[in-house]
Amino acid sequence: MDSESLLLSLELASGSGQGLSPDRRASLLTSLLLVKRDYRYDRILFWGRILGLVADYYIAQGLTEDQLAPRKTLYSLNCMEWSLLPPATEEMLLQTSVVSGRFMGDPSHEYEHTELQKMNDGDKVFEEEVVIQIKEETRLVSIIDQIDKAVAIIPRGALFKTPFGPTHVNRTFEGLSLSEAKKLSSYFHFKEAVELKNKTLLEKADLDPSLDFMDSLEHDIPRGSWSVQMERGNTLVVLRSLLWPGLTFYHAPCTKNYGYIYVGTGEKNIDLPFML
Amino acid sequence: MEDSTSLKQEEENQEGETGGPWEEMTAASSHDPEPKSPEPLEFKQRPETGPQPRSSLPWSPQSRARTPADDLTAPGALPVPAPPQELSSSPPPLDLARQDFATPWPSDKTTSVIPEAGTPHSDRLEQTPDKEESTHQTIQLEGKAFQQSQQPNLHLHGPGHVSYNKSEQKELRFNIFQEEDASSNYDLDQAEPEVSEAAPSMLEIAVQNAKAYLLKTSSKSGLNLYDHLSNLLTKILDERPENAVEIIENISKDVKMARFSKKLDTLQNKNEMLPTYEIAEKQKALFLQGNLEGADQDLEDEIAENPLPNVMESAFYFEQAGVGLGTDETYRIFLALKQLTDTHPIHRCRFWGKILGLEINYIVAEVEFREGEDEEEVEEEDVAEEKDNGESEADEEDNELPKSFYKVPQAVPKEENRTGANKYVYFVCSEPGRPWIKLPSVTPAQIVIARKIKKFFTGRLDAPVVSYPPFPGNESNYLRAQIARISAGTHVSPLGFYQFGEEEGEEEEEVEGGRESFEENSDFEGIPVTDLVESLSNWVHHVQHILPQGRCNWFNPTQKSEEEEEEEDDEKEEEEKGEEPDYVEQEVGPPLLTPISEDLEIQTTPPWSTRLSSNLIPQYAIAVLRSNLWPGAYAFSNGKKFENFYIGWGHKYSPHNYTPPVPPPVYQEYPSGPEITEMDDPSVEEEQIFRAAQEAAALAAEKNEETEDEDEDDDDD
Repeated sequence: MDSESLLLSLELASGSGQGLSPDRRASLLTSLLLVKRDYRYDRILFWGRILGLVADYYIAQGLTEDQLAPRKTLYSLNCMEWSLLPPATEEMLLQTSVVSGRFMGDPSHEYEHTELQKMNDGDKVFEEEVVIQIKEETRLVSIIDQIDKAVAIIPRGALFKTPFGPTHVNRTFEGLSLSEAKKLSSYFHFKEAVELKNKTLLEKADLDPSLDFMDSLEHDIPRGSWSVQMERGNTLVVLRSLLWPGLTFYHAPCTKNYGYIYVGTGEKNIDLPFML
Repeated sequence: MEDSTSLKQEEENQEGETGGPWEEMTAASSHDPEPKSPEPLEFKQRPETGPQPRSSLPWSPQSRARTPADDLTAPGALPVPAPPQELSSSPPPLDLARQDFATPWPSDKTTSVIPEAGTPHSDRLEQTPDKEESTHQTIQLEGKAFQQSQQPNLHLHGPGHVSYNKSEQKELRFNIFQEEDASSNYDLDQAEPEVSEAAPSMLEIAVQNAKAYLLKTSSKSGLNLYDHLSNLLTKILDERPENAVEIIENISKDVKMARFSKKLDTLQNKNEMLPTYEIAEKQKALFLQGNLEGADQDLEDEIAENPLPNVMESAFYFEQAGVGLGTDETYRIFLALKQLTDTHPIHRCRFWGKILGLEINYIVAEVEFREGEDEEEVEEEDVAEEKDNGESEADEEDNELPKSFYKVPQAVPKEENRTGANKYVYFVCSEPGRPWIKLPSVTPAQIVIARKIKKFFTGRLDAPVVSYPPFPGNESNYLRAQIARISAGTHVSPLGFYQFGEEEGEEEEEVEGGRESFEENSDFEGIPVTDLVESLSNWVHHVQHILPQGRCNWFNPTQKSEEEEEEEDDEKEEEEKGEEPDYVEQEVGPPLLTPISEDLEIQTTPPWSTRLSSNLIPQYAIAVLRSNLWPGAYAFSNGKKFENFYIGWGHKYSPHNYTPPVPPPVYQEYPSGPEITEMDDPSVEEEQIFRAAQEAAALAAEKNEETEDEDEDDDDD
């Protein structure tokens, strides 16, 4: 959610029950403004909160003018002092994929993971237990990246691609209409398109290149990993990810208000196929 | 008079380009009559540069002087939006105006066309009516002023093209943008303004062609670029957005869309917004309910004995903790709860929480009926159970051939209302204002199965729960079972807030695993918030633990089974639960009001996290408890008060992924015996040995005639 309209956004997203306490809200409003200035971001999003056992991580993301450019991620434990996280790499994702369980709330906490590694010693091949230590900060980076890639979404038309390449906020976006808002095809993944390239020409025929340049949620795998609800008597559409429980996307149809927030434990729901 | 006003306006426009709305501009520019306009320099040039061919036109000298000048100024003027355009555009109207009455010119024909063409745009004209009237008193039709913009072209083109122009003008139904028109034409013009003196017709033709091209109607949308551009520029100049060049594509799109937006009125689906109104209508009733009662005399009673909880107060505390629904939604729920307590004989009521569903969410209220006013659904349940038994018996009778060895495990009876897991009654509703629906009471079997499955709620109470093991009941039963489990796991209160009732304590059977009723401790003094945060032993469970059996108070299944003369039953039941040894051992859970510090860890994860709501102002902070076992369950206490709240998907946390239980081993169809047991075929050697043995035996038999049966016995393995 946009930090500028934080209060309204929180109110709209409150249906999932996860808000911010007044002191957190107030400090966010203050500190994000400063972050925006210091890091020279064009726009700053309050991304959400990862619940740890001891403390929570508050996450914000800074955007440059090109909305689809890699986002800079910052975290804070007290909503005042923000630290920049490094960008996620393949190696990080691989490394942290073995860690499970809850976050601690201490970035320097180290998870220990024992792994059997094959050692070549001359002719003999034997397995050896190696203890790998993984910092929670690394895990944080990778989880945020995964969530971003999997479930960060925006309504269709909220961004548009300029003829020169960069993607901008569409200032003429007036919101989805009510009937559109109920369809998954009106929402896009907020990332560079991956699936779009695999589509056939026929499927792409009706797409508007300045708007339909991202993947829509329609063909997400597993099917049914989104819960779409109309709340407050059709004046608010709320999408909740079932794959990453805790991610709430809200959009008031026919207005510009939209955004998403993640408040959860940072764990993927791998039981999803059983639960539908 | 006219001049002065127009001049003023021009000044305005020049001083602050951003300030002057376009209407003024158009007014000023189109009626700016005499060469008094503020660019004297350009005017000076004009007379010399004026192209000769135009002198043929019966224009007044001033106007003649100006038109050509415009041609000249246009190139410089084009990039800069306001004032030069204004200038360039200024002459035509006047000239035209004059023309209209002064010239017996072939273009009379065109003027005659004008009125029809002009009318569609009368609204635009009305923006500048006064000046126009004053300027061109002689012109009856205001509409003409706008057509004039095109007329300069006509004059330029000369009589030869008039007919063409006429047809052109018919096309120009929406032409309102004289400036654009003028400047674009001039632009083309001035490509060779001086040179063309010799061959004006060439130039004119070029202009003509260009314009004709622009006016080509698209076969798809029926629009033409000319109109579109003029609309576009009108819009830009009307609205004056920042960095117009960056967003011109959007504006262009907007202009196009605006054409189509309104016309569909009659076809719009009015039903679409119905649900919005429906819920608003329903909620209106909530807000009016206070007024409907003649409440004056009742008010005191109501306040004295009111089952309604102070939801807003709890919500306030939960907000400090960073959880909870928005204020607005909470208030509506508050009203809905009031409706519930007004319409039912309710002794105590709580807002339990919210369970998210795939389609609709459940708002859950926990209530306790007044003594003796329990609702009468007990019988229905029993009937259903009996039906089940009847069916299974019938099945057994039907299939005679292979008799099933499977005995239906004896059902553990459900707990009475007001005890154990059925201590409270739960109502759910999907949205404040919609009716509250009572959930059926929970049976032990449902709890046992609910522990083994993990399913999302859909939001429809009558939806079937498709799962393995099969869940006995539909979603309302599953919901009720989960509520019971969540309550048992997460409802906690500060130590000492509740105490065991003294007189009742003696009546309790010790065997039942602890006393089951408690009362509020009137002497409770409160626990400092810091203690609540630091030590989990200051919090106790005030809802009974649910035993593996699915009941809070243990039920001994052997008693009944003896009556039914079926001992194996028990064993099977135990096997199925897989949690108990062969003989029936009483299940004991932690007693009521056990500190939560004794809760089991979930592997290495502590079951609870405590937090102070604010580190900034710890003096007034409250203690917040978050359950890690049931994500979404929260409790707060400010030392004296406390409240529990749940919001989430209604699932228990497990560090590992869910694995559905394996199906029970397949029952044997026949007792295994030699007739059906498979054996290896004997090898040749074995056969020969066997034959030899047989022959030997035969020989022996011949001798003795005794033991032939033994061979067959050997086969038994």
